[in-house]
Amino acid sequence: MHSAPASDAVHLGPHVQTAVKLLVVGHFAVGKTTFVGTLSEIRPLRTEEVMTEAGALVDDLAGIRDKTTTTVALDFGRLTLNERMVLYLFGTPGQQRFTPLWQDMTRGALGALVLADTRRLGQSFEVMGVLEEHGLPYAVAVNQFPGAAAHPLDEVREALDLLPETPLVRCDARDPVSSTRALISLVEYLLNRTGHLEHA
Amino acid sequence: MTPKRRASDRLVRSYVVTDGRAHPTRNTLDLVTLLIAVDDPPLDGLNPEKRRVVEVCRPGALSLAEVAGHLSLPVAVTKVLVADLMDSGHIVTRAPIPAARPADARILQEVLDALRARL
Repeated sequence: MHSAPASDAVHLGPHVQTAVKLLVVGHFAVGKTTFVGTLSEIRPLRTEEVMTEAGALVDDLAGIRDKTTTTVALDFGRLTLNERMVLYLFGTPGQQRFTPLWQDMTRGALGALVLADTRRLGQSFEVMGVLEEHGLPYAVAVNQFPGAAAHPLDEVREALDLLPETPLVRCDARDPVSSTRALISLVEYLLNRTGHLEHA
Repeated sequence: MTPKRRASDRLVRSYVVTDGRAHPTRNTLDLVTLLIAVDDPPLDGLNPEKRRVVEVCRPGALSLAEVAGHLSLPVAVTKVLVADLMDSGHIVTRAPIPAARPADARILQEVLDALRARL
């Protein structure tokens, strides 16, 4: 069953004890915001981190007026998993120059789903590089855009130079079932890495 | 695409909201730290932004990121405000899972089961 997006139930249930987060990353216009919006039970929210041009998280807020600062948007949504646990999905661009932001984002994250577009696979390398640098495990989901050729996944795997164990799936970021399946592939992989996967 | 909101659209500069401080008084706050408003302490003496943080958390818990999103404040500013409100007893938190534990198999199994149940 899928929760309707844009629900009025903004606040968490009274018994929620644990919040976990997954990152949804990828280059500009790959469908991160769509993916988060498709799965979120709340109207997706946007917040921002302020960065200096040098790539450091701003350490002097008076400098916000300065033109050397830039903001990085985080689009995020929420899925209540059960009475006790809630999952937050953070969609964010994967530019290397925002490395300090990545340290904040990846701390405590379970893993990341990399969205890729077969028409611009080359742009995914930087994102995957940042995740590897921060030691965050990831799966890759090809967001199948209408009109884009459906390349066989083994060709995509080769083009992206993925490790054999890295999951690679196709998804439609507009479709809740397809997007949920992509997350399931990621979490199965994360669990597998701990050596505790129980097959359903 | 989501409409862009620029820092400069805000009426009050961030450094005014935080009394010029860029760092929270504690560094344990995370995007998914859950914030809960405490009923008792009066809101007198809180600046308008702190008051809004407490008020948005009154009906139930929210993550720090959600509070930032609802109040259109940057994450860094929200952390400063929340840390102050913890110091003054207006907000208590439920910590996110510690950084050392994301690979906890029980948590991952619970996430997986819940996702599968949605199909």
